[in-house]
Amino acid sequence: MSNIQILSDQVALVTGASRGIGAAIAAELGQQGATVIGTATSISGAESINASFKQAGIKGVGMALDVNDAAQVESVLKEIAAQFGDISILVNNAGITRDTLLMRMGDDDWDAVISTNLKSIFRMSQAVLRPMMKARTGRIISISSVVGHMGNAGQTNYAAAKAGMSGFTKSLAAEVGSRNITVNCVAPGFIETDMTAELPEAIKTKMLERVPLARLGNVKEIAATVAFLASPNAAYITGETIHVNGGMYMA
Amino acid sequence: MSDIEQRVRKIVCEQLGANEADVKNASSFVDDLGADSLDTVELVMALEEEFDCEIPDDQAEKITTVQQAIDYVNANLK
Repeated sequence: MSNIQILSDQVALVTGASRGIGAAIAAELGQQGATVIGTATSISGAESINASFKQAGIKGVGMALDVNDAAQVESVLKEIAAQFGDISILVNNAGITRDTLLMRMGDDDWDAVISTNLKSIFRMSQAVLRPMMKARTGRIISISSVVGHMGNAGQTNYAAAKAGMSGFTKSLAAEVGSRNITVNCVAPGFIETDMTAELPEAIKTKMLERVPLARLGNVKEIAATVAFLASPNAAYITGETIHVNGGMYMA
Repeated sequence: MSDIEQRVRKIVCEQLGANEADVKNASSFVDDLGADSLDTVELVMALEEEFDCEIPDDQAEKITTVQQAIDYVNANLK
């Protein structure tokens, strides 16, 4: 990306920023000038975010946050406001999987995924909305998944949560558009992360057969899309899902 | 004009971007001052902030004019 600090003066909160796509998004927003608060569920995760920010010369901090914990969300947001000012960019990235066939899926598998992946965006978005409405500007970007649009055996819970994000995003976009706040999703396809690295080679090959660009995506390619949506260049895009999947699914 | 009345009117002007002269106590936020549904939510939030209180939804729905806001604050605070 360019060296233009297009996001300077912005305060960005990225949940689930200790590794993978979240870490890349935090780094990209930081490199474009934003002050970034990256969250991880553990204190050690927050510390590692701190360390990587320091190394990359990014303004901001890592903080421990469980997006399922309403009280913690409130206290972390208070701390951010006091330390850095109001959040102008929220990236809902934190997510988990509990893959299993529906026939074998327990209530807790369902609830955990819906809560962490979907309820969290309700909670986080609501928490940042007030200052955004006052400021008459803001960006809410949620990381969904190609699976939420195509479905995937073994991921009924995950796909439901990710598809839910899309409806949430369109509805909230309609609610707050008059306040110049945009709400969008980025839907990654198969991306090179710790998760996909563990897959057996045979499965990877099979997956890639479905991708016209015939390779896995890079986390930086997701981060660049998020940074674009966060920037003034994307001011007229709202309620949208941008698919970044190498053509695997064409919406 | 009482202190509370003054503070309420100031918030209404700020939130709805209305001229002080146009804001009468009888003014309806929606019909006279051009507020949309989000404006009225914001207005209630601003009142809550100014008067350090929480206005329940069923009460907030009934606050549709400047006078009703003043009355609510007078009746429910301190």
